[in-house]
Amino acid sequence: MPIIINGMPTDVPNDARVSLLDLLREHLHLSGTKKGCNQGACGACTVLVDGERILSCLALAVQFEGREIVSIEGLAEGSALHPLQAAFVEHDGFQCGYCTPGQICSAIGMAAEIARGTPSHVTRDLLAPTVDLTHDELRERMSGNLCRCGAHNGIVDAIAQIYGRGDARTDISVEAAA
Amino acid sequence: MTPLSYARAADNGNALALAAAGGTKFLGGGTNLVDLMRETIERPSALIDVTGLSDAIEEQEDGGILIGAGARNSAVAGHRAVRERYPMLARAILAGASAQIRNMATSGGNLLQRTRCAYFYDNEGSRCNKRSPGEGCDAIGGFNRMHAILGASEACVATHPSDMCVALAALDAVVHVATPAGAQTIPFGEFHRLPADRPDIDTILEPGSLITAIELPALPFAAHSTYRKVRDRSSYAFALISVAAAIEVVDGRVHDVRLALGGVAHRPWRAHKAEAALRGGPATAAAFRAAAEAELADARPLNDNGFKIELATRTITAVLGELTGEGA
Repeated sequence: MPIIINGMPTDVPNDARVSLLDLLREHLHLSGTKKGCNQGACGACTVLVDGERILSCLALAVQFEGREIVSIEGLAEGSALHPLQAAFVEHDGFQCGYCTPGQICSAIGMAAEIARGTPSHVTRDLLAPTVDLTHDELRERMSGNLCRCGAHNGIVDAIAQIYGRGDARTDISVEAAA
Repeated sequence: MTPLSYARAADNGNALALAAAGGTKFLGGGTNLVDLMRETIERPSALIDVTGLSDAIEEQEDGGILIGAGARNSAVAGHRAVRERYPMLARAILAGASAQIRNMATSGGNLLQRTRCAYFYDNEGSRCNKRSPGEGCDAIGGFNRMHAILGASEACVATHPSDMCVALAALDAVVHVATPAGAQTIPFGEFHRLPADRPDIDTILEPGSLITAIELPALPFAAHSTYRKVRDRSSYAFALISVAAAIEVVDGRVHDVRLALGGVAHRPWRAHKAEAALRGGPATAAAFRAAAEAELADARPLNDNGFKIELATRTITAVLGELTGEGA
C-alpha cells in the first residue's frame, strides 16, 4: 500500500531509516517542509497525517503506509492560497520564512484539536465541552513551533484571524492591557 | 552503515517471536527512539512496529481505566474518563512535549523514554555510565542544573524525563507486560530503577518483553487531583520540578493523599515520606510544608541544582494548598 502525499500515491521507501521528512525533501523534492533541528525541538518539519499534526523528522516513513500526508505544498488550491497562508502574508507572520510551513501546518492541526474540544496545559476546566482559542490557548498550543526571527506576534495575529475567538489577537490583548 | 530491518507485529505473540532474534527494538511513535538512533546511542538491527497492537482506552466497571500501550499521549489526555477520574494524568501529559509529539508518542513508549541528560546525548565528547557503563560521568562535575537531587549514585545523576510517569507513580498504576513465559503485571513503583552501579538499565523490564497496557486502579479521590510543572520557560521544556498530587480532606484532616515528583531522580519519585507525614494530620499550609521538608531531607544537591530542594518544597506546599484551599 502506498503513502498518499498531497493526494499523490508514493511508494514506501525500502530503507527503514528514511524519515518522513527526508522522504518529502530528498526523495520527492518537496522542500517546503523544513529540516530545522532534526531532533524534535523546533517544529519546522510539522506536517499533517490524516489531519493530525506530527513532526516528520522523528517519524520513520515506513510507519505511514496507507496514511494521508499533507505538507505545505498541499494546502493551496491552484494559485489560490489557503486562507491561513494569506493571513500570514497579511500579518507579516514571518521574517526569514524558515519556520513558516511548519507553523501553518501546525495551526491547521491545532484548529482541528480545538474543534474536537481537546484541552491544553492552560485550559482551566478540563471537563469543558468546548475550548475557546484565546490568546493564552493559542500561544500554548503553538509552543511546539519556534520562530528564531521573533515573528510570533504576527504569527499569532494571522492564526487568530482565521481560527481565533475572544482575545486571541495580540493587538486586542495589548489594547486591553493598556 | 548499520543495516536496519522493519516489521509490523501482527499481535503480541508475533511481536515476542520477532524480538527473540536479538538486536531488536520495539517501535512506538518513535519520538525518542528515532532520535537516539540518529545519535547512534541506540543501534538496533531490527525494528518491530507495535503501534498497531492495542490503542484502546477501556473504562473498567470498578472505576479504573485500562490504557493500551499503543494509545497516543494526546488520546489519553483527551479521553473524557481520564479527564474526569484522573485529572493529574491528563494535566501531566498536556504539560509534556508539544502537541505534535503528543500526537505521535505512545503510552508504552513514554515509560521507556531515556534521560535527556546532555552528557548522555553527547556521544562523541562526554563520558556517560548510562551510555557506556564504567567509563565515568561527566555530569557530576559538569553542568548539572537539571540533574537529580534524590536517589542518585556515584555513577549517575540523570533524571527521568517523563511527566506522564509522575502521575502514574502517584496513581499506583500497574504495567501489563507480555513475556515469552506469559503475561505479567508490574506495580509502577517497581518498574523504573534507581541508578546504583548500573545506570545503563532504566527499568526492570526483561529484554524481549513487551508492555501491552497500563492499568489505572480505581481511586475516587483522584478526581480531585492536579499536576504542576515548573520549568525554565512556560511551555515545551523538561521539568526542573514537577508535582502530581491528589488529596482527600475529611473534617480538616488528611484522610488520604498521593504525591509524586518529577525532575528530581532517576525514576518518577513517589513521595512516600511526605504522604506518611500528611496522613491523619491537619490539612494546613504548615503541615504541607513540613511534609515536603521530610521528603526532601535526604536530598543531595550537586554544584548547580541546590535550588531544586527549596523549589520542590515550595511546589509541593503550593499544589497541596491549591487542592485544599489552604494557601501558604
